[in-house]
Amino acid sequence: MKKKIEIIAHIDPSVIYKELSHPGSGGICVFIGAVRDITQNQKVNALFFEAYETMALKEMEKIAATASKQWNLNRLIMQHAVGEKKIEEPVVLVGASSAHRNDCFEACRFLIDTLKEKVPIWKKEFFEGKEQVWVTPHP
Amino acid sequence: MQFSFYIYLKKMKILLFGIAKDIVGNQFLEDASFKAKTVAELKQELIQKYPDFAKISSLAIAVDEEYASDEQQISADNEIAIIPPVSGG
Repeated sequence: MKKKIEIIAHIDPSVIYKELSHPGSGGICVFIGAVRDITQNQKVNALFFEAYETMALKEMEKIAATASKQWNLNRLIMQHAVGEKKIEEPVVLVGASSAHRNDCFEACRFLIDTLKEKVPIWKKEFFEGKEQVWVTPHP
Repeated sequence: MQFSFYIYLKKMKILLFGIAKDIVGNQFLEDASFKAKTVAELKQELIQKYPDFAKISSLAIAVDEEYASDEQQISADNEIAIIPPVSGG
């Protein structure tokens, strides 16, 4: 299985079909996370993402390895953006291709859910009115 | 290792990210007074020195780019990082 794992400044979703396309893949599934303009009823202007890059890449490799054992995949991609991202910009992209749709659907769900849980990346929200908050749950 | 310059001092250097960076007011923490020999002891020392760490819902420590258990031994030769709750995606 060919895979691509990256932490990059800009994600380009327009090339994703080419990246995941494979002669043996009848199904391609992609999830893209983007910057939303409202969080908890507050207007958001931008997000800022910071990564512990070396560790984040290692964790993403582990997630990709687990997914490729669990499902029959021909291609896999995981990308996360860092830096400031404006409304509607893509910040995370995961995708997989497989012979049949079930494998790539389930793999994508696992890739994004596990990335959000384990990969050391943090987001700061820039609210209208200049307040800045690291998204960190407090008890 | 990238800390060769500090080897003689044997200060523990801790990488900080996200809210941990704001709590300490720097990108890393370098402090010869840290006595922690395990991850659990380090967490206790951090909370003593910076009580705001107690307010974070979970505080993980990475040793050499891997999530570490509380029992794991640490020294100034390890790359240590504080991992506040992650919020990627």
